[in-house]
Amino acid sequence: MRNSTPNELVIEAGRPERRYWADLWSYRELLYFLAWRDILVRYKQTVIGVAWALLRPFLTMVVFTVLFGRLADLPSEGAPYAVLVFAALLPWQFFATALSECSSSLISDAHLISKVYFPRLLVPLGAVVVSLVDLLISGLILVGLMIWYGLVPPIQILVLPGFVLLAFLAAIGAGLWFAALNVKYRDFRYIVPFVVQLGLYVSPVGFSSEVVPDQWRLVYYLNPMVGVIDGFRWAILGGSADLYLPGFVLSIVLVAVTLAGGIWYFRRTERSFADLI
Amino acid sequence: MVSSPAIRVDNLGKRYLIRSDQGAGYLTLREAVYAKVGGLVRRAGRPGSEGRSGVEEFWALRDVSLEVGQGQIVGFVGRNGAGKSTLLKVFSRITEPTTGRVVLQGRVASLLEVGTGFHPELTGRENVYLNGAILGMTRREIGAKFDEIVAFAEVERFLDTPVKRYSSGMYVRLAFAVAAHLDPDILVVDEVLAVGDAAFQKKCLGKIGEVASEEGRTVLFVSHNMAAIRSLCTSAHLLDQGRLAASGSPDHVVDTYLKTVTDAPESAESIRTRTDRSGDGTATIVSASIGDADGAPFISEMSRIRLEIAYEGETELMNGQFSATIYDSGKEIGLLSLNSEAVGGLPERLPPRGTLVCVTDPIGFTPGPCHVNLSLLRGGIKADYVRRGITFDVIETDVFGTGKTPDRDWALTISRHTWSLES
Repeated sequence: MRNSTPNELVIEAGRPERRYWADLWSYRELLYFLAWRDILVRYKQTVIGVAWALLRPFLTMVVFTVLFGRLADLPSEGAPYAVLVFAALLPWQFFATALSECSSSLISDAHLISKVYFPRLLVPLGAVVVSLVDLLISGLILVGLMIWYGLVPPIQILVLPGFVLLAFLAAIGAGLWFAALNVKYRDFRYIVPFVVQLGLYVSPVGFSSEVVPDQWRLVYYLNPMVGVIDGFRWAILGGSADLYLPGFVLSIVLVAVTLAGGIWYFRRTERSFADLI
Repeated sequence: MVSSPAIRVDNLGKRYLIRSDQGAGYLTLREAVYAKVGGLVRRAGRPGSEGRSGVEEFWALRDVSLEVGQGQIVGFVGRNGAGKSTLLKVFSRITEPTTGRVVLQGRVASLLEVGTGFHPELTGRENVYLNGAILGMTRREIGAKFDEIVAFAEVERFLDTPVKRYSSGMYVRLAFAVAAHLDPDILVVDEVLAVGDAAFQKKCLGKIGEVASEEGRTVLFVSHNMAAIRSLCTSAHLLDQGRLAASGSPDHVVDTYLKTVTDAPESAESIRTRTDRSGDGTATIVSASIGDADGAPFISEMSRIRLEIAYEGETELMNGQFSATIYDSGKEIGLLSLNSEAVGGLPERLPPRGTLVCVTDPIGFTPGPCHVNLSLLRGGIKADYVRRGITFDVIETDVFGTGKTPDRDWALTISRHTWSLES
């Protein structure tokens, strides 16, 4: 066993750890624990606990329905406006919270990063997983709304998890960039909330993406959340909102590129996190 | 069987870039942009900078090579800032070396701080699982050892209480217990024994010894507790300014360390160039050193301290007032205030430059790291203030001759005393 035992670990400058992905797998339980900690702590400190995850999207939905559906009288393609809005709010709020939590995750766990080794990727991943739990909880409201309006979900509902996955990848892709940049440039503390706020207006959350003129539709899909939100509506409301395929493919490609770039940048910078943080 | 060493280190080096104009390591975008632009314009270098504006190189480790056999307990000693903690951080993969390589055989677990990741809102039980996972244990492993951990920590009754309600002793016991029940091949421990009460420290030391001798694990261990290094380690290394200064038997290395501790007063000259100071600057402290007034090579529990402060001012100092406050570096608690105004005795008028000497009675500090904040007032107005102008260790010399000197975490001060049976 002189040469290279399976357990041999070589630490060297500039050498990418060959076992990084294996490590990530062996530390998978830590992902669970980090997410579990965040959820537990969040609800231990609040009075109404889990109800927050329900209240926030519900009130936003009420406001949007009144604002866009009643006052602006935008088209709803036959579905109740409340359901139209909520089907978009679900992925959008997931994306928004996941992105903000993910971006600040490394900074909030700075004490861990400077004191113990584990694949750093777990920290932003854990943040997104927490938001995913919120998504599942607020999904209950959608179920309630659909029962209230007597809507039966179409067969496409079966591919909904696919769109959840796409939203997840979009959030983690952008989140990895911001998380890593945030360690080095604390400006991103201010940039991220701004991006999230703007994103709400340029994404079809309060209205249907059909209101966008046809010649601009492909451009509109440059925002990958448009693809995700349209996907959600299509899966939940069925035929009344059609899926715009070219735009949807564009969204998927953009998410894939952001994610690949995010992982690359994160991996490239994570070795210096402990020195900078 | 000729087994390969558990750890082999070749020419290890770690360089930090220190930004002298600001304490924080991170940048803002504005600074990054300015630096790029500034590089094009080539500004005149500020004092203390080396080429790049305000960035200094600092080698925390330099050319460190060593081998550690399996099952050994190896101690690392050295002053604060000698590179011990950086070395352990490299071993634990927290920070990347700049040069050289380390080859480790087996699973490494590091304990650089007790209770890393403990969350005050979570209960003891929840924290055991969380902390265990952070240290690299699986849920199954933690579950299997849970009872053992709780028994070791002696917190059975408070398992479902949030740890924010724990006493600090309970907190530390629980945190150490989790780490002590890791199953690594190599255990890296940094100064964590400096917490908790004496009885628990003893238990922890015993556990570390047991881990190495009975289970054949390798332990790397940094401590300021020289008695622990002597009694526990099979070999030791002395680090000085990032380099290996001595290696060998623990007794030899500890003795070498104690000899060097105050031979070269730390940072005697560097005070002059420090920029992290405050005051109006009409007079400044340019150097300071501390030592044993009776000529011993280091400061020990009952030393009389001799403090030398050199100052420079633009003009004569009217009503100059010097003060030096010695702090415990761990808890940042003031141990001793030396103030020329409090005791009097300095002439009203001091020359523009000079050196003052202050000598104390025996101090009675427990062994551990200390630092000195220095200040100079001129007519009641702060002229100069340097935080951590001097750092030094109070060395354990077994002052009572019983081998049982309490240390810093037990109490801050000690005194000779007697016990007798009255009736």
